[in-house]
Amino acid sequence: MSKKPSVELKLPILKDMELVATQTAEIVAKHMDLSEEKTGEISMALIEACINAFEHSESKSEVYIDFLIEEDQLTIKVIDKGKGFDQSNVKIPKIESKLNSDERKRGWGIMLIKELMDSVDFESDHTGTTLTMIKKKEATNE
Amino acid sequence: MNKVTNVELIGEVVVITTEGYLNKDLGDEIQNSAQEHISNGKNKVLINLERSNIVNSIGASILIELIEQLQEKDGSLAFCGLAPIIEKTFKIMGLTKYCESFATQDEAVAAM
Repeated sequence: MSKKPSVELKLPILKDMELVATQTAEIVAKHMDLSEEKTGEISMALIEACINAFEHSESKSEVYIDFLIEEDQLTIKVIDKGKGFDQSNVKIPKIESKLNSDERKRGWGIMLIKELMDSVDFESDHTGTTLTMIKKKEATNE
Repeated sequence: MNKVTNVELIGEVVVITTEGYLNKDLGDEIQNSAQEHISNGKNKVLINLERSNIVNSIGASILIELIEQLQEKDGSLAFCGLAPIIEKTFKIMGLTKYCESFATQDEAVAAM
């Protein structure tokens, strides 16, 4: 059985480096013949995943991104070596509670990733976080 | 390059046109551009994102602050020329409940 094709990126934690990941995602999506809509959703989810890995993980080292190309789906892993996080502490943001209140306006990343991708899974501990997200070629995430 | 490329007053509407990635830097630039006009009494702001086809949630969060400010002045914020993924992102975040979105700048200015 032949090995599934994959693309691996190692991103330094530098400003706007998430755009390197989205450019790669666009090329991979084009290769897989994914629709423009799905390509946009993957790019947006990837931007948010990278920002989480760059900023919130407080990682000092690089962030690794693996694209695993399969016939019916694209699997993307975003791996950081940061401090990890507890999913149960992540609040679902609501614009109503952010408007006209002192609540910080940020904190949308995980919700966006979950809304835009077909499957999302986090494995996290004090040594880092691996986010695995899947976009299926045919099924929609609606 | 991501930046505000033009700020102009069309009738009573402050039109802010951008280019490139709507991240924190561009969000702050939009906010600063709007601020000058809001402090001069203007309360209708249109952001033309026709040449910005990518966004992150930090940039979008800054727009929530702008909505808040304009609400305090009985004003409104609207967008035009949104790329489908930006429109979807704004919808998920709930921004579209508080801001109208138009296909073109002319349409938006006429409606505001």
